[in-house]
Amino acid sequence: MTAPTAGRTSVTERGSMLARFDRVERAVHWTNAILFAVLVVTGAALYFTPLIALVGRRELVERIHLYAGIALPVPLILALSGSWGHALRRDIRRFNRWSSADRRWLRVIFQPQPKRSYTRARLRIGKFNAGQKLNAAFVAGGGLVMLASGLLLRWYRPFPLSWRAGATFVHNWLAVLFVIVIAGHILMALADRQALKSMFFGRISRSWAERHAPAWLDELDAQVAREAEMASVVAQNADEQQGDKASAGHPAAP
Amino acid sequence: MASPGSGPSSLGRAGRGKPKPFEPSGRAPTGAQAKKKARQPDAPGDAPGEKPIGRRAVIAILGLGALGIAYGEHVQNGITDLLTPLRSSGLANLVPGGGGFTIYTITGGYPAPPPDYRLTVDGLVNRPLQLTVPELEALPSTRLVRDFQCVTGWRVPNVHWVGVKLTDLAKHAGARPEATDFWFTSFDGMYTESLSMLQAEQSGAIVAYSMLGAPVTREHGGPVRLYVPGMFGYKSIKWLSHISLVKQLELGYWELNGYPVNAWIAGHPPSSFRHPPQIRRGYS
Repeated sequence: MTAPTAGRTSVTERGSMLARFDRVERAVHWTNAILFAVLVVTGAALYFTPLIALVGRRELVERIHLYAGIALPVPLILALSGSWGHALRRDIRRFNRWSSADRRWLRVIFQPQPKRSYTRARLRIGKFNAGQKLNAAFVAGGGLVMLASGLLLRWYRPFPLSWRAGATFVHNWLAVLFVIVIAGHILMALADRQALKSMFFGRISRSWAERHAPAWLDELDAQVAREAEMASVVAQNADEQQGDKASAGHPAAP
Repeated sequence: MASPGSGPSSLGRAGRGKPKPFEPSGRAPTGAQAKKKARQPDAPGDAPGEKPIGRRAVIAILGLGALGIAYGEHVQNGITDLLTPLRSSGLANLVPGGGGFTIYTITGGYPAPPPDYRLTVDGLVNRPLQLTVPELEALPSTRLVRDFQCVTGWRVPNVHWVGVKLTDLAKHAGARPEATDFWFTSFDGMYTESLSMLQAEQSGAIVAYSMLGAPVTREHGGPVRLYVPGMFGYKSIKWLSHISLVKQLELGYWELNGYPVNAWIAGHPPSSFRHPPQIRRGYS
């Protein structure tokens, strides 16, 4: 394989490690994680009677919960508001698009276990599988609903009373769902230490990608091939230009 | 997912033989597929059959959320009724709206009653009262088994209440005929409420010293709180220490914070109610 352009490090280089998440993505993930933890702890202290009695300071807890909730979308917005968010934007497009393999992956969810794993191992899954895509959609949509219902609970005056009751209903039940989904997310991360480490350090092994994200690996290899090809074309063009200059320059030369 | 050749190919322009067709992942591009691709030029190099399901899922969740806010009140009521049989086991209390109280306080914590607690009844009365809890308990009592419905949507069905009817207490204190409204204050220093004489009559409001089969606990507003059946919970002021009979209705804490003065859950007083001839006046 031809060496890619100098200055840009290719994804498949540097041993057999691949760049899975860049700095911006990891920063967004971990600020979100911290804010989410604050929301869960303060939310529980506002909701469960024994905890209410234990923690007290309701006004302070309420204020922390409110500000943490309002702050939750900020890291994502900041990350998306500049050129530094290109990797994140690309991954969001990946979350959005479902291939036929993704749909197959989801359809076999009720197959008994060894069979399910065999089926899924044969599928050409991209960087994210259907479970991760569903999780992303849930966090995005559910997060917005939590934000809207939470704001409505805080600033309820302009709205009908029944909306406040409805917002309480939505906020409470969706919070329960969020805790379940995020608990599942954490358990799965703990079960796959390599994937978890890649959320800290950004890189993951080629063998992991072969097992979990073969179509992504194809994509990366194709990108490397393209870059190499481009580099050779650029080099070729430069040679031709030099050649042109050389031949065109002669007659006019003194 | 960027499959080879589907990105904006600068290589195609670089010459070297045939121009690369705008073609996804090596499949033969049929005319229909080519058209489909042309219609979504910003789709990031996805193979045919890739669908924006993520976006659809997000939109669906947003729609469900809006529906939940608009109609969740009724769903929550149904859930509370379903979970009521489980309530004694304590399991239901772990579920939102499972029939347990969500205990609010508008100050930092749950205020402790002063050691020399007395319930004061004064204002437009002939015999102002300073009642200890045993003195209140010695008065003729009223028992109720009624729901506690919070304005924020949760409800505790079939709560047992024992207390003295507010109107009986007013009579006991010798309310003067010009007294038209009650004004309540709490020893937490912030919570205030009001109720018209007519609303007290219509609802059968009680000054409660027992709730859920035991003396009213500190969290629930003990030793003495108000309970107004048929009205949202914010009317049932907790940590009650002072009842004043007045001739002008004033707004309480929650009414100043935007909740309606008319707190009837049904939106209007119970239809079975007959206006007592002596205190006929408009609803607040």
